[in-house]
Amino acid sequence: MEASAIQKAISDLPKDCRTPLTALLLRLGDDRLILGHRLSEWCGHAPILEEDIALANIALDHIGQSEALLRLAGLVEGNGRSEDDLAFLRDAKDFRCCRMVQLPKGDFAFTILRQFLFSTYSACVWEQMQKSPWLPFAGIAQKSLKEAMYHVRHSQEWTLRLGDGIEESHNRAQEALSSLWPYTAELFRESEGTAELQKAGIACSLSAVIASWRERVEALLKEATLTIPEDDTALFLSNIPTAQHTEHLGHLLAEMQVLPRAHPGAQW
Amino acid sequence: MTELTLEESSEKRELFEKQIQAGEKIEPKDWMPERFRKQLIRMISQHAHSEIVGMLPEGNWITRAPNFRRKKTLLAKVQDEAGHGLYLYCATETLGIDRSELVEQLLTGKAKYSSIFNYPTLSWADIGVIGWLVDGAAIVNQTSLAKTSYGPYSRAMVRICKEENFHKKQGYEIVTGLAKGTPEQRDMVQDSVNRWWWPSLMMFGPSDKDSPNSKELLAWGVKRRSNDELRQRFVNLTVPQAKAAGVTLPDPELRYNEETQDWEFGPINWEEFWQVVSGNGPCNRERMKARQDAHSSGAWVREAAEAYAEKQQRKRAAA
Ligand SMILES: [Fe+2]
Ligand SMILES: [Fe+2]
Repeated sequence: MEASAIQKAISDLPKDCRTPLTALLLRLGDDRLILGHRLSEWCGHAPILEEDIALANIALDHIGQSEALLRLAGLVEGNGRSEDDLAFLRDAKDFRCCRMVQLPKGDFAFTILRQFLFSTYSACVWEQMQKSPWLPFAGIAQKSLKEAMYHVRHSQEWTLRLGDGIEESHNRAQEALSSLWPYTAELFRESEGTAELQKAGIACSLSAVIASWRERVEALLKEATLTIPEDDTALFLSNIPTAQHTEHLGHLLAEMQVLPRAHPGAQW
Repeated sequence: MTELTLEESSEKRELFEKQIQAGEKIEPKDWMPERFRKQLIRMISQHAHSEIVGMLPEGNWITRAPNFRRKKTLLAKVQDEAGHGLYLYCATETLGIDRSELVEQLLTGKAKYSSIFNYPTLSWADIGVIGWLVDGAAIVNQTSLAKTSYGPYSRAMVRICKEENFHKKQGYEIVTGLAKGTPEQRDMVQDSVNRWWWPSLMMFGPSDKDSPNSKELLAWGVKRRSNDELRQRFVNLTVPQAKAAGVTLPDPELRYNEETQDWEFGPINWEEFWQVVSGNGPCNRERMKARQDAHSSGAWVREAAEAYAEKQQRKRAAA
């Protein structure tokens, strides 16, 4: 979309939608930025050359989506912050990403299982959001959905290979699933102001996609001979408001933001 | 492989020599002397390994790239290098050796890779300078290799060169930007040029008089230009670019020779070159360890993929 059309769309937004929409865009953008960062850590270190390429590709998609989402967040917020300001000069406490994406990349099984859980969620979210009548957002959702479908396919294929491959890969995949599962409920936690956004028809609620996510995830995990843990720590862990982030986020941002922080105002 | 009678062999050899003389490409199905095949395997796989090991020094800055645009281009660049490696391994496989064996040669230290990647990337400016100088030097070398006598290698070079040009452009853009930046950024980029200039010149390999393989490779048209010729071409191209960018090449002896129209340069530290080649560079051990670790910690992944594929095949056969 052209810049003027985006500005027009923003000025047409209902007043009570701007803050919740900014929050939602930041959240979606931050999730992808941090996960993209984690994926990029594989570049040069993957188990096979083809996966160096595939994981870099998926990382690039996430970083590109994040760029678009944070740019739009900055515009909707209206305080003159660019996508780079938001990514590279914001403090950890103001990041809105979920905790699952912050966790270190782990072994290949952990990376794949996380990607499978997240990309399936992502596809569910974009399927809904692409219907948004608010075009700047619908545009990002449409493009992201295409990418997410490839990410789902890639991570599904690997989840099957690992889960139903050899004993070691199965054990590692199961271990990864068990440690990731408690973080999944947080994906569906409502953003503040969802009601306003729903009322204006701009975005759906994130909890609305939980059923279709669960169905897709269960089916594939079953085929991969992996078992979803039974306890409900998932819900508990997601609802501790003081544990908003993991300890890993601060380290990740310290690394990611080092240059813009060390050289205020410099162009790169 | 069946033994050829002496007569057959000399007939085939004659045809091969004729093809070379006529500037025709040798293709995988064509007869070629064993020595030619061996030299090509050595050369192309060395090139492939360089692409792969080359991912490490630049990969070192992916998580610290300073904005979205730079992060995306750097990640895409390192990904391109992986693609080049893959493409070159495939070209080597046409000579009757498989990738796993080639990788084994790299990991055991039997095969070499470009020694430039044994230098550390210490600042963001290195990402710009590597694109400009290292990809730049690679382009000079590869443009010449695009005319090589072995078909698959030649085609790989044409394709790869296009992307390397893109890398060089992006690198040079970073360099010129930093050279116009804050005083800290200007220091950063000059320091980086100081560190990478001489190793870039060494990328073309030993001086012609000390290059044992060159003569044969030139005669077969595998190489089209000698190491020293290519090095000179690179210097001639780069000196004006350095001037335009506003950085100084760290060689007080650089001067233009009106007669030869060459930029003459000071003596290369060949002691350093041979030390790095033989494993004593600043990062040789780290680079090898990173590759070995990636390979060994990925073993179970590769096994799982194989086992799964077999299971699926059995299922399909049973169905
Ligand atoms: Fe390359
Ligand atoms: Fe390159």
